[in-house]
Parts: sequence; C-alpha cells; structure tokens
Amino acid sequence: MQSVLDIKNLTVRFATADGEVAAVSDVSLSVGKGECLGIVGESGSGKSQTFMAAMGLLARNGRATGEVMFGYMNLLTAKEQTLNTVRGNKLAMIFQDPMTSLTPHMKVGRQLTEVLVRHCGLNAAAARTAAIEMLGRVRIPEAARRFDMYPHELSGGLRQRVMIAMALLCGPELIIADEPTTALDVTVQAQILALIRSTREEFNTSIILITHDLGVVAGLADRVAVMYAGRIVEIGDVDQIFNAPRHPYTKGLLACTPRLDDPATATLATIPGQPPNLQHLPRGCAYHPRCPYVMDRCRVESPKLLPTGAGQNACFLDDLDVRAAS
Amino acid sequence: MWSYFIRRIVIGIPTLWAIITVCFFLMRLTPGGPFDSEAPVPPEILTNLRASYHLDDPLWQQYFSYLGNLLHGDFGPSFKYRDFTVTELIAQGFPVSLQNGAAALVLAVVIGVFLGIVAALAQNTRRDYAVSAIAMTGIVIPNFIMGHLLILIFGLWLKDSIFQLPAGGWEDGAFANRILPVVCLALPYVAYIARIARGSMIEALHANYIRTARAKGLPFRTVVLRHALTSAMMPVVTFLGPATAFILTGSMVVETIFQIPGIGRYFVQGALNRDYTLVMGVTILSAALVIFMNIVVDMIYSVLDPHVRYDEAAS
Amino acid sequence: MTLTPILAQTDALEAALAPTVAGRSLWQDAWRRLRANRAAVASLIILCVIAFASFIGPYLLPWTYDQIDWDHIEALPPDFALGHYLGTDSLGRDLLARTLYGGRVSLSVGILATFVALAIGVSVGAIAGFIGGKTDQLLMRFVDLLYAVPLTFFVIILMVVFGRNFVLIFLAIGAVEWLTMARIVRGQTLTLRRKEFIEAARASGGSTTAIILRHILPNVLGVVIVYVTLTIPQVILLESFLSFLGLGVQDPRTSWGMLINDGAAELEINPRTLIVPAIFMTATLFCFNFLGDGLRDALDPKDR
Repeated sequence: MQSVLDIKNLTVRFATADGEVAAVSDVSLSVGKGECLGIVGESGSGKSQTFMAAMGLLARNGRATGEVMFGYMNLLTAKEQTLNTVRGNKLAMIFQDPMTSLTPHMKVGRQLTEVLVRHCGLNAAAARTAAIEMLGRVRIPEAARRFDMYPHELSGGLRQRVMIAMALLCGPELIIADEPTTALDVTVQAQILALIRSTREEFNTSIILITHDLGVVAGLADRVAVMYAGRIVEIGDVDQIFNAPRHPYTKGLLACTPRLDDPATATLATIPGQPPNLQHLPRGCAYHPRCPYVMDRCRVESPKLLPTGAGQNACFLDDLDVRAAS
Repeated sequence: MWSYFIRRIVIGIPTLWAIITVCFFLMRLTPGGPFDSEAPVPPEILTNLRASYHLDDPLWQQYFSYLGNLLHGDFGPSFKYRDFTVTELIAQGFPVSLQNGAAALVLAVVIGVFLGIVAALAQNTRRDYAVSAIAMTGIVIPNFIMGHLLILIFGLWLKDSIFQLPAGGWEDGAFANRILPVVCLALPYVAYIARIARGSMIEALHANYIRTARAKGLPFRTVVLRHALTSAMMPVVTFLGPATAFILTGSMVVETIFQIPGIGRYFVQGALNRDYTLVMGVTILSAALVIFMNIVVDMIYSVLDPHVRYDEAAS
Repeated sequence: MTLTPILAQTDALEAALAPTVAGRSLWQDAWRRLRANRAAVASLIILCVIAFASFIGPYLLPWTYDQIDWDHIEALPPDFALGHYLGTDSLGRDLLARTLYGGRVSLSVGILATFVALAIGVSVGAIAGFIGGKTDQLLMRFVDLLYAVPLTFFVIILMVVFGRNFVLIFLAIGAVEWLTMARIVRGQTLTLRRKEFIEAARASGGSTTAIILRHILPNVLGVVIVYVTLTIPQVILLESFLSFLGLGVQDPRTSWGMLINDGAAELEINPRTLIVPAIFMTATLFCFNFLGDGLRDALDPKDR
C-alpha cells in the first residue's frame, strides 16, 4: 500500500530545568492511503508529541530528530514557510479540546474561510459559500446561521464539528485527530466518531486517531499502535491487537477495560504500579516494573520492535516463543 | 450596546456626586482658609472677601449652591486668581492637558504594545531582556527626574545642535514645545504597557487556539496579529482606565517642570495656595474624565471580547 | 461504547498525589528557586545593605543630617578630611548623612504605608472572598468605585488640608494603595474557600474569624509577600511625588524624593546633589522590583 506519512526513528526531546527528557524515543511508523491508524497510550506515553513534532507544533523547548516524510517533504527539516503550504491544506489536525481550540474573538466563519483563502486561493465570497457547504457536510444544522456565530455560542459537539469541517476544507490526504472525543459528552462522542467514520469513507482520507480510549480505536481503526513511555511497544491489525495481543502492556490494557457483557460483580482489573516517569525511566524495558512476566533480561536490556506474525512487538517474550517453537 | 453605555454613565453620576461631596466637606470643614497664607489682610477687607465668596453662609447652603452652579458648568470664582472664574481657568488649561495626555497615551500604547510583542516573541532571549530592562528603567525612574534629565540633555547639552528642543514653555502649543513633555509623560506608561503586553502575549501564544491557527498553515505573522493580538490587548485595554488617572497625576509633574499652562499645574498651584475652588474644579473634572475613560475601556473591551458583548445583551 | 480503561483512573490518582507532594515542600522549593535567581539574590543583598546603612549609618557618620558646616556653606565636593564623604549640599549639610536619613524616611514611609494597605486590603479581601454573597458584592463594588477615582488627588488634598505630617503621609498613602491587595486576596480566598480543608474546618465548627486567621491567611501569604514587595517601591515613588510638590516631610527633615527635587533645582551647577540620592532611590526601586518578580517566579513557577 502506498503510504501517506512515513515516520522513521523519530525522537523528541524537551529541555527542562532538570535536564533533557525524551518524550518520544525512536518511533517509526507509516500510514497508508485511506488507512486509519489508531495510536493508543496513557497520557505521557508520547502519542501526542509524536504528531505535534510531525506538524511542527512542538513547544519551544522541544526538539525532534529523525525523519517524518509527508509525500516528498521531510516535515522535520522543512522551513516554516514550506511547512505552511501543507499544514491545514493536505495535512490537517483536529485537537482534543474544542472549547479552547477555536479563536474566541473571531467568528467561526472567518476561521474557516481564512484557510480557503490561504491554501485554495478562493476570494471571500467563494470561500464563504465553500465553508458553509462544508459546515453542512459535517451535519451542522443551519450552517449559514452558525457561520456568523462566535465559538462560545456553539455547543462542544458543534465546535468539534467545526474543527472537523476546518480540517476537511482543502481535501486533506491525512487528518491527525488528537483525542477528538475526549472532552465531549458520551452521546456526542458517538456522533463525532460516526462523523469521522463517514468522512473517511466519503473523502477517502487517511486518519491518525490518537486516543487513550480503546473503544474508540476498536470501532474505527484498521491498525493500532500501542505506545508506552515514548516508544511503540506493539503495532498490528486491529483484530490482532484486540483478539491476540502479544505485548504484556497491551494485554494489561485490554484486561482492565470494562466490558458490557461482564457480570456486574466482576472486579475491574488494573495494571499495578504507576505510569512511568519520563525523567527517571527504569533501565531495560520501561514496562518491566509493572510487567507480570518480567524476566532478568528485561531489567537490563531494552527490547526492539520486531516483526511477529501480522504486526510488530517489542518484548523478549517473543524470543521465548520463537525458541519454544523451534 | 448604547443602552449599556447610557446605563454606565447613569451609574457614574452618583460616584461623581460622592466625590464632589467628600471633597467639598473635606475642604470647608478644616481650619485655615484660602486667605491665611497671604500677607496679613486688614480685617474689614477679609470680612468683605469672605462675604463675596459666601464663606459665611451656612455650610449646607454653600454646598447646595455649589452643586447648583456645577449643573450650569460654573465651578465658582477662583480664590487666588481673583480676576478669573475656575471655569475660565479650566477652559484654558484643560484642552492643553487633554492634548498632551491623549498624545502620551497613544504614544505609550503604540510603543508599549510593540515592545511587548517583540519581547514576547523572543521570550528569554537577549532581545526580551533588553525590553525588560528598558521597561524596568521606565518604571523606577520618577518622571520628575526624567523631566530634568530630558531638559538637561535636549535643552542644554544639545543646545545649538539640530536636536535642540525647548526646555520649557508652551508657545501656544508649538510642536517643538510639546515633544519633551509628551515623551516625559508617556515613558512610564510605555514601560508598564510593554510589561503587560509581553505577559499577555506570552499567555495568548500558549493558548490552544494559537496551536490550531498554526496547524492551519497560516503564516506566523497572521497567527500573531489576527489570532493572538486581540486577546493579548485585553489587559492593555484594562490598564487604560487607571493609566488615565496616572497620566493626570503625571501631568501635574510634567506641566510644573516644563511650565505648561494645563490643569495639572493649576491643581498644584491651587493646592499650595489653598485655592479650594480651583482644586475642587480640577479634581471633579479629573474624576469625571477617569470615570468616563473607564466606561470607554469597558466598551472597547466588549468589542474585543464577544463573551462580554453577548452576556450583556442577555442580562 | 464507553470503554474507558483504567488509564483515566491512574491519571486522576497522579493528579491527586501531585499537590500533596508539592505542598510539603512549597516554601523550601520556593526558597531554592529564589536562590537560583541571581538578580533576586543580589537585589535582596543590596536592599539589606541600603536598609542597614539608612537606619544605622547616620549614627556612625561625623555629621548629622541637619547639621550645617558653618565653615563651608556651599556645595562642597567630597572631602574625607572634613568627614563629608560625598560632599555637602548648597547649605553646607553633609550629603551622605542627608541621603541616609532620607532613605530612612522613604523606606519607613514605604514599609509603613504598605502595611496599612496590607491590613486594609487583606481584611477587606479575605472577608469579601470568604463570606461571599451580598457582602462580597458590596465590598467589591466599593473597591471598583474607588478604582474609578483619581485617588492621588485626594492624597494631595489631605496633605494640603491637614498639613505635612509624617504619620499622615503613610496613612494617606496606605489608604490609597490597598485596592489591588483587596482584589488579589479576595480572588485567592474564593478559590481556597472551595477547598476540602476549609470545608473540614467549617464542618468541625470553626468560627469565621478563626478560619480566616488560621486557614485562609497562611495560604494567601505567598501572593501577599509578592505584592508587598511590589507595593513598597510604588509607595516610595508616590512619597517622592508628594515631596516634589512640596508636600512631603518638613525641612530640615528630608526624604529621597525631597533630596532629588532639591538636587534637580541645581542640576546644572551641582549635579552631585541630584545624582547621589537618585542613585540610592532608583537602586532601591530596582531591587524591590527584581525581588518581587523573583519571588513571584519562585512561588508560582508555572508562569515560566
């Protein structure tokens, strides 16, 4: 499959008062045309920063190394001006918090049309027509009236629809959706996910869906990458990840997801221990202090992400499996 | 919006009335009158003087006649400049002070906001520290030192060079005579506004919607000017209310140093001469101006921030 | 379809743990951050030196602030043999002694007036924030109203009406400078009021006064310290402004503002009499401002 975005050996470091911290370490992945890739991990796992780096939106103290190819452009080395020809155009992003992600003192319409004027060279009147049409396509009722409203006059769900419309304006090849439903009510979440699914079918856009909610991924993604402490620990088809997870962390995540068909008396499983502190990562595999299958080797050596069956996995247990098989 | 404006003015009137009342009784109830400081006046003349100024009437009568006259724009006769009414003095001095104050305020906002943005965009670099240093200097050097310094530099050291400027005087508002006073008046507020604008711009640049705007591929200049500047301006606008009061105070110093016939200087001389009607007139006018500016600030605020506008409309 | 995994729970746990960890060493942390700030530390040292010199120094000098050197009734350049280490003013009074004495007056006014402002501001702010409701609205409306009044005019009128008097100066200035303090303390109190430990204190029957004194005030201390540090220089400036108008302390007593104003009159012939007090005063103002900024950064690191 032809890939839209190719990330190779991406590392993101932040300079802090207590030294450098690697938020993302040596991440490589690619997204195919029309594909939906889910990125799952706890907060602090580096899932957002990976794509902030790709978009050139790292905080001032952040630095990214490696390569992020979008078509023929390396997004990491591209100049701001060059980057701006693809950002919001062929490469769009939807953010977590629709309440604060729209400029409060500008009408919604202006925030949409400025994208069209900038990237598609439309004049104000044409941009207005196109923007209102797009608002209608993301199923915003009374689009023409909403067009002239300020963000605070819209509900959270409507604002997220506006964000999605904004991302779709120029017919993007890839949309990065960073926790698009986390800040929304449950019923609205479902609507927004349905909208993302239908846009994907309608526009044949590739989507990267960053979330901590496995349920969101299960319903939308073709493939899933699981991140822990700045690294991808497992990546594979959505069926494989959910039905035959290989990495102990993935297993743990799935085990502690409550299921509707569980009896009400079932105790909720948890992953023991605390999420990793990026400033003091344990030696070896970052997950080993919490891992039920921990071996001596895990405490000193860091496992590499290696192909296993349908996907890739970073765990020494695989070696044992291979040895057992042979 | 206009009804809101009118409502605010209506609320401002009792405030002004309270100020007038406090002022009036503060000055009339204290021992020592306006004619004490002069060379001894013969008793019969003093009696005549007191009578002509109605100082022997019952206090409440003086108070109500003062209020009544105020409604007609009559601030009463000056105790010191016997040939003038306070209204006449204010009519001469107020336009001068207003022009200088407005010019200083505009200058302060333009330069201050510019410096603040420059510093915010280069946060924690040398350029940022340079702006901070300028701002700190502007804040800690009192304007009467600054005024004398400016006179020393442009009036004396650069005398006979092309940079020479008049060291004082007004000359009916000649441009050259305005430069030093306005600069002197504006400098501390350039500093304050630069600091405020820097802080609010840094905060605005960290907002989520700025990330959105950048993700849209807008040029950085557009992001700053179109998306960040409006929110960054709000604290600056809020400062304009108090700044007006400060500039009025500052004009007392500047007009005294540069010998400009404005109301600031009248106030100082009036205060020193116990010219109560003049002091009251200037105080009332200044209070009215500050109250008015606060209303204007609220209006600008409501234009910048749609929340305020619509919340008002709803209530 | 809301299969929110346990991750959200661990986040919540982390968030719940964070404040207690930070709270334990808040003051130590702040002190450590302040010490790392070289400008703030230098400012603190300079301030201590200036304060020490102003309050103790005059006793160690050969001349007093009001003593006229009758042999030299002129502005004398620095002369160590005569004991005029920084020379004299045009009346033959020792400039260093006068500057240090002026510093004592200026600093005293600055500190006393700030404490007056502090007392009024903290009381009003804490009461408004803690009691809330109508009381809060009334008090804050009053503060808003005073904000819209050019209060410096009133200070001047007070000085004219009641005469030049040291006590009146700091009382009047303090009565003007408390507004911002009241607003800040009210805001802090409002957020504190909703915290659990206040609820607990209230549930266990603590009186309002006791809760304000024992629980609210210690927790607004940080903000208050920062604000005090930034108010003192403002008061010193305001006092110097009054002195400029001839409404400061009475001659031969003096303050930095008066000295600067006297010096400014002789600027062209005798700049030393302006420069010496001006350096002392601006250095003090600089240091207070740097220290205040440093304290703010130290106590509220999220700003950086």
